Amino acid sequence: MHELSIAQSIFDIVEQHLPKENGSGVKSVRLKIGELAGVVPDSLEFCFSAITAGTRLQGALLDIERIPLVCSCGECGAHFPVRDSVFLCPRCGGSRTSILTGRELQVIEIELNEEGTELS
Amino acid sequence: MSVITIERKVLEKNDQIAQRNRELFARHGIFVFNLVSSPGSGKTSILERTLEHLNGKVKIAVIEGDVQTDLDAQRIARYNVPAVQIVTKGGCHLEANLIQDALGSIDLRAIRLLIIENVGNLVCPSNYDLGESLKVVVASTTEGEDKPLKYPAMFRNASVLIINKIDLLPYVNCNLNALRDNALNINPSLRIFETSCTTGEGIPAWCDWLQTNTRAT
Repeated sequence: MHELSIAQSIFDIVEQHLPKENGSGVKSVRLKIGELAGVVPDSLEFCFSAITAGTRLQGALLDIERIPLVCSCGECGAHFPVRDSVFLCPRCGGSRTSILTGRELQVIEIELNEEGTELS
Repeated sequence: MSVITIERKVLEKNDQIAQRNRELFARHGIFVFNLVSSPGSGKTSILERTLEHLNGKVKIAVIEGDVQTDLDAQRIARYNVPAVQIVTKGGCHLEANLIQDALGSIDLRAIRLLIIENVGNLVCPSNYDLGESLKVVVASTTEGEDKPLKYPAMFRNASVLIINKIDLLPYVNCNLNALRDNALNINPSLRIFETSCTTGEGIPAWCDWLQTNTRAT
């Protein structure tokens, strides 16, 4: 259950980027989360709504883009998605593979509410 | 519609502190490993056998991470090595700033090897760099051969796998070859040791490897 500490880190980063005069609140926070990042989106959303309650970020939704786990083969150069925890190259059987995508855990951008929106 | 671009890693603060820890370890020539596993696979027992075996050969300090109690630090203190207990009070993993704080209680000039025993958990600790040289993951025979498949991130991120409780193989439903293959499919460069903390089997080979790496740091 490290989603709570991840949610807190997201909150801190968003707070740093939020204009001081912003009064209408945050509509959504866009994240990239890799399949291998070890984060459960449902759990993260729950934790995020709990820690944003009563703050300037109250009501902000998480817009999560899941990034597939993709490796490249060091032997034949193929790119392949990892399924069922098998990191071997499906084309040549090579074991010298490196992860191209799937470890992401990033805050990409935030979308602010329209001016005049009542904070929920 | 107003959008503010951020593009930042969620755990960048942890990563920055981990990097500072790593630089500190490098300056003092200390080899550091982060010991991870699920609860009950024998991390503390491996630690005890390791301290016994390396007693007088390598200057060691230990950081113990637990959710509650300092029972593990008490076990380690018997071996006459400096041990710092971090109690996370519910936290499921150690973070780099907790290690940074703990380092205040350790004389880094007096040690060559630092062992960090993480909280028993195969998911959360894999996200948090502590500044270690490498991760050592423990899987015991009582957990079955499919453990790596269920927790691929940890087995991919680790450099060493210790398969523990091999003395129990005749009594448990665990195919050792399948366990090895499952782990190597995820991470072919894993260095594997097989140990029993009850009989002591495999402990010398693991400790030799550890000593060689400590000398090389």
